[in-house]
Amino acid sequence: MIPGAFDYHRPASLGEAITLANELGDDARVLAGGHSLIPMMKLRMAVPEHLIDLADIDDLKGIDERDGTLQIGAMTSQAEIIGSGLLAERCPILRETAEQIADPQIRNVGTIGGNVANGDPGNDMPALMQALNASYALTGAGGTREVPARNFYEAAYFTALEPGEVLSAIHIPIPPAGHGYAYEKQKRKVGDYATAAAAVLLTMEGGVCTSASIALTNVGDTPLFAEAAGAALVGSAFDEGAVGAAVSAAEAIASPAEDGRGPVDFRTRVAGVMVRRAIGRAASRAR
Amino acid sequence: MSKMHVKMTVNGKPQEALAEPRTLLIHFLREELNLTGPHIGCDTGHCGACTVDLNGKSVKSCTMFVAQANGADVTTIEGIAAPDGTLHAIQDAFREHHGLQCGFCTPGMITRAYRLLQENPSPSEEEIRVGISGNLCRCTGYQNIVKSISAAAETMAASREAAE
Amino acid sequence: MTDQTPTAVERAAKLQGLGSKRKRVEDARFTQGKGNYVDDIKLPGMLFGDFVRSPYGHARIKGIDKDAALAVPGVVAVLTAEDLKPLNLHYMPTLAGDVQAVLADEKVLFQGQEVAFVVAENRYVAADAVELVEVEYEQLDAVNDAFKAMDADAPLLREDIKDKQEGAHGPRKHYNHIFTWEVGDKEATHKALADAEVVAEELITYQRVHPCPLETCGCVASMDKVNGKLTIWGTFQAPHAVRTVASLITNIPEHNIRIISPDIGGGFGNKVGVYPGYICSAVASIVTGVPIKWVEDRIENLTSTAFARDYHMTGRIAATRDGRITGLDCHVLADHGAFDACADPTKFPAGFFNICTGSYDIPVAHVSVDGVYTNKAPGGVAYRCSFRVTEASYFIERMIDVLARKLDMDPAELRMKNFIKQSQFPYTSALGWEYDSGDYETAMDKAMTTVDYAGLRAEQAENRAAFDRGETRSLMGIGVAFFTEIVGAGPVKNCDILGLGMFDSCEIRIHPTGSAIARLGTISQGQGHATTFAQILASEIGIPADQITVEEGDTDTAPYGLGTYGSRSTPVAGAATAMAGRKIRAKAQMIAAYLLEVHEDDLEWDIDRFQVKGNPEAAKTMAEIAFASYNQAIPGLEPGLEAVSYYDPPNMTYPFGAYLCVVDVDVDTGVTDVRRFYALDDCGTRINPMIIEGQVHGGLTEALAIAMGQEIAYDEIGNVKGASLLDFYLPTAVETPVWETDHTVTPSPHHPIGAKGVGESPNVGGVSAFSNAVNDAFAHKGLTHTQMPHDHWRVWKTAERLGLNG
Repeated sequence: MIPGAFDYHRPASLGEAITLANELGDDARVLAGGHSLIPMMKLRMAVPEHLIDLADIDDLKGIDERDGTLQIGAMTSQAEIIGSGLLAERCPILRETAEQIADPQIRNVGTIGGNVANGDPGNDMPALMQALNASYALTGAGGTREVPARNFYEAAYFTALEPGEVLSAIHIPIPPAGHGYAYEKQKRKVGDYATAAAAVLLTMEGGVCTSASIALTNVGDTPLFAEAAGAALVGSAFDEGAVGAAVSAAEAIASPAEDGRGPVDFRTRVAGVMVRRAIGRAASRAR
Repeated sequence: MSKMHVKMTVNGKPQEALAEPRTLLIHFLREELNLTGPHIGCDTGHCGACTVDLNGKSVKSCTMFVAQANGADVTTIEGIAAPDGTLHAIQDAFREHHGLQCGFCTPGMITRAYRLLQENPSPSEEEIRVGISGNLCRCTGYQNIVKSISAAAETMAASREAAE
Repeated sequence: MTDQTPTAVERAAKLQGLGSKRKRVEDARFTQGKGNYVDDIKLPGMLFGDFVRSPYGHARIKGIDKDAALAVPGVVAVLTAEDLKPLNLHYMPTLAGDVQAVLADEKVLFQGQEVAFVVAENRYVAADAVELVEVEYEQLDAVNDAFKAMDADAPLLREDIKDKQEGAHGPRKHYNHIFTWEVGDKEATHKALADAEVVAEELITYQRVHPCPLETCGCVASMDKVNGKLTIWGTFQAPHAVRTVASLITNIPEHNIRIISPDIGGGFGNKVGVYPGYICSAVASIVTGVPIKWVEDRIENLTSTAFARDYHMTGRIAATRDGRITGLDCHVLADHGAFDACADPTKFPAGFFNICTGSYDIPVAHVSVDGVYTNKAPGGVAYRCSFRVTEASYFIERMIDVLARKLDMDPAELRMKNFIKQSQFPYTSALGWEYDSGDYETAMDKAMTTVDYAGLRAEQAENRAAFDRGETRSLMGIGVAFFTEIVGAGPVKNCDILGLGMFDSCEIRIHPTGSAIARLGTISQGQGHATTFAQILASEIGIPADQITVEEGDTDTAPYGLGTYGSRSTPVAGAATAMAGRKIRAKAQMIAAYLLEVHEDDLEWDIDRFQVKGNPEAAKTMAEIAFASYNQAIPGLEPGLEAVSYYDPPNMTYPFGAYLCVVDVDVDTGVTDVRRFYALDDCGTRINPMIIEGQVHGGLTEALAIAMGQEIAYDEIGNVKGASLLDFYLPTAVETPVWETDHTVTPSPHHPIGAKGVGESPNVGGVSAFSNAVNDAFAHKGLTHTQMPHDHWRVWKTAERLGLNG
């Protein structure tokens, strides 16, 4: 498995990267950690003539909190997400999710920007971003625009990212203190994509659910924001009626493909089970 | 598609070469620098036989272009023992506890363990299993690998204590 | 004697002989990255070969245009079948009496089949050129289901042999039929079934899997045009056999071919076969005069070099109502893929599948096997087992459980009731094998006691009640498995490969200063031969294992042998080692008699020396004797101290064991958690307990992978579904449980040191234990049998079929 030849560019600034991307057009691909792109290139399913490596762009790094929003640079690795004390305190589901991605070596190199930007429905972070109602900063020649994660994904590998644009940062509204959260993922083994996975964030007051947000991984050709599933919980005390309704609502929007992980009915049902378990764990964590 | 000038420090020695940017780091190490310790097992980033240490982190060198590693500080299995040839405690422990059989995964496994024990000097068995979950072994069933890493951690802790 | 004189115990310990947990001598190089695997070899001027492969399962080749590929700078040649035809090398003989296309001739028969071989200055250029070879195909209907291979209207696969009525093993019934093999008393078996009080019947499929060693297959072929010698370094589990085959194929005299197996990164059967890559590399080297390296990638490995299993076994087992087995019948439909490239002894097209009466005293039995062609990769190797033994063991161990359900009897009790008794050994089975030794009841008793089997069943009863009350969604399963292997092929009278008797060999040279080198016809792929064979020898000749070099894998220096697979190294080469050691000792005794001026018969062997009977202080150590053999003229004796043994075993060996597995099955997700696994192995005399334990851990982990997830599946048009390590299940340390090991020791009566071999037992026994456990979890809900692999979705489907999913 040998990749095709390409010219390599390593711009030192985001502006330079955008200029290159616009100059080189369709022949170029942006390279973050490369753990999605390089295997595709080794299979010659992707044969870019130019790679624009974002590794040296300091503006794409770092984790910050500003005005109730977390800002994560696109080139932040999954390992850095896991190691961040700030994220652990403000939004611990990020760590819980990142720990379920691939393996230690890949988490050292794989970035959150690459994970959310390439549109692979198997990636875990996109559904989480939808559940968190995060938005992506897409920087192009004309400046930066913000696109909510819930509107970003169009189909497998098709996103709102325009040619010449780079996903530069992720903005996450900090969930209220005391929120409950869980990311439940079923996989065949470490390193596998999810058979189905569910991200759940919720808040409670006096045992009653005051808000809930649910999204699903790898049971459609995009991540799925399960709006109705979240709504089914609000106002409930997580009784079987409400949880069952949330599970049914999630299963109703799941449309997984049959693959080595199993047939459609199984993967749909697992999505429901993951939602149920994530709700249970999230509710038990909420204060 | 021209070649590029690549510079990196490998096992403490500066190295320079001309290489196509698409050259995978594993091929650069094995074929350009003749460091054949790290291996290729799966080509898709699943097996970890190609694991090397890059700027203080474990990475899979089959899923990284040499261009990305330009300027990096790389350690391979060949650089784990002391310069005088004294084996690292992990290398000793793998032999002592039969942590290897065919030896093909071993360089990646030891290189990973070398970094793991710096990240977490006294890991539980569970933490070791998670820590090496990016490295596949087909021979040992992992049990003696876990034992080896655990024993190495103890040896290293003891020698740290003795040094204090 | 002074106080410093070592005691007998100290002298014995210094040898690190049989039974010592000797540390491995191989490890120093492997832990430092100094192994020498085939892809590490770099020769001056070396070129790289890479294959253009078929994207289709079945298609006609309408044309191949190599111009664009040849135009790439650095490309030296592009070989196709047309280039090989004048050399008569476009087909090669397989180990099973068939032929296999080296490069596809007019048709491709499986996805991934070799179509053209590109030779270029490096692997990057070769890969670029592979993309540019244009092959025009006309796609044909494919056969992906062995049960449809012999339909009247099935697509004709092998046009090259369509008129061949007689196969390597008798008449062919259909153009996609390979052979029928039958053994046992059909009439008596059918009568036993007709007369039986109870008959259990089941179709048991052992899915297609792949040995998938971490190192793929590869070679470096180097033709030296000056001296006419072809050297091939390669991932060969049987280097001598490869040399003979290479000579027969190329007409190069065998003395001008040198095969070297360097360090091998695991084999598990995958590296027994001869593959097109080896032939193309050799041809390319002969044509270009420079060395050629070919190393397959993982996808090529999983889709083109030697798969394993793919057996569909329909069994019927007869018994009395109180659980006494009265007969066993089995028909196997064997899917061999596009070419019959199974690696079995010539007379055994289904290997030793007729060991399928297992550990039980079954009075009559009958087996028939039909092999068929399909549009799948060729192979059918023994994946960490002796030829088809894991299939046979899985079959009988599932059938016993199926029968136990039908009789409503505990599966352990049913096994106990039908075991071959210790007093019956040597025991001749209904299908013709003579089991050398065994003590099954003791092993089973020890296992049942250690795990508290009764306690586990009681816990399971509570779990089932709790499940029915809706308090848990997890079901506990207990898998009991007992296996008897047949390994150590084998006696030349009935075992050969391509006419080469399956003996093995050891040649020993003792150096003047008392150290030694031993060379063998086998080749380690991780088993630690350099460590354990030295231990055998240390005990035989009294030279410390640390002073004995063991060398294997170079056909120019090692004595002829049939290689390492089928757990044959210890039973055959290990025996040869002991026998060669005894020849050394016999000569040493004569030398010692001369030196001590006594009659040979007045000497006795003591650990590392010959001493005069009744006067132990009059003694000569082996080191002293060795030196004398080089510096003294001893009347009637040649100088030097060397010996060679070619050992033809009188029988196979029959390792056995009792395994127990406890699983918890989550019926909502199909996720199975292995809570406990206990493995008791009896491999006869234990050479190195540390290495044995390691072998068991590894074999169990492979068994876990097979039972719980591995499958090479094809779709209807012959596409491989999932051929990388993303999909092909190799568990990580996280999915792998902790293994408990135990043993009993029942030596083989015919092996010089009583050893039986162990490397493959855990795979053979493990698969049954896992599968029995998963099946057992649902037994009370009416499940009789569910097919492997027991991955999440299949387990969930089973739960759904049984109405457990709400």
